[in-house]
Amino acid sequence: MIQQAFFGYFAFAITVLSLLVITRKNPIHSVAWMLLLFFHIASLYLFLNAEFLAAVQVIVYAGAILVLFLFAVLLVNIREEMKIGRFIGAGATGFAFAAALLVVVLMSIRSFVAAPPGIYTVDLIKQETHTVVLGKILYTEFLYPFEVASLILLVAIIGAIVLAKRRLKG
Amino acid sequence: MVPLSWYMALSIIVFSIGVFGFLSRRNIILMFMSIELMLNAVNINLIAMSHYLQDMRGQILAFFVIAVAAAEAAIGLAIVIALFRNKATAHVDDMKEMQG
Repeated sequence: MIQQAFFGYFAFAITVLSLLVITRKNPIHSVAWMLLLFFHIASLYLFLNAEFLAAVQVIVYAGAILVLFLFAVLLVNIREEMKIGRFIGAGATGFAFAAALLVVVLMSIRSFVAAPPGIYTVDLIKQETHTVVLGKILYTEFLYPFEVASLILLVAIIGAIVLAKRRLKG
Repeated sequence: MVPLSWYMALSIIVFSIGVFGFLSRRNIILMFMSIELMLNAVNINLIAMSHYLQDMRGQILAFFVIAVAAAEAAIGLAIVIALFRNKATAHVDDMKEMQG
């Protein structure tokens, strides 16, 4: 019962906060609500016994990505932003599309069939600790994708510098 | 015990809100934030599945999604800055140089 109550609070808060994020007129308010949203999602990960992912969520999303968004928001002319409408002309079409997607996928959840459970039971993870288990899989079974991820981050670093640097005169 | 379908329902609700924001906001930075919202919805789904199916691969996938999201945010915001330097606007309906 208390678990359902906890989940209910987090689900309600996450839904309301994501609606607030996409409907605020001032982009800085959106960023602030998104910070709260990321903390709620991290708490939901803790609820699912994924404490390492919860920490990564707070560090990477709330710590790095949101600061990047805040920098970009400061480039926008907020005074002009407050005067102009926040949705494009075809915004109703976007709403209809999103609502249709929601209804279709919600109806299809009932026909979900779970795969047979794997070997990583809660007791095993508790015994070996979560980060050890995650690291063992990441550095053995998923070593190649892990290297590719580091390459993606390298490309992102170089690409961001090349795209954002001021063009030299002459 | 919370059933898995509740998590899946929460995930698709957040994903649809992200789709709505991406399709209808005028500001390009808000569109990027909607993409982050969608990626977070996918992460909720992956981690819930990982817990309920007792398989750690879902969490590894969520890990990679976070890495790609960081790269995407860096590149996307660099594009926004480059665009802003040329056009001095962050509104998508002001950008019609490519006849879109």
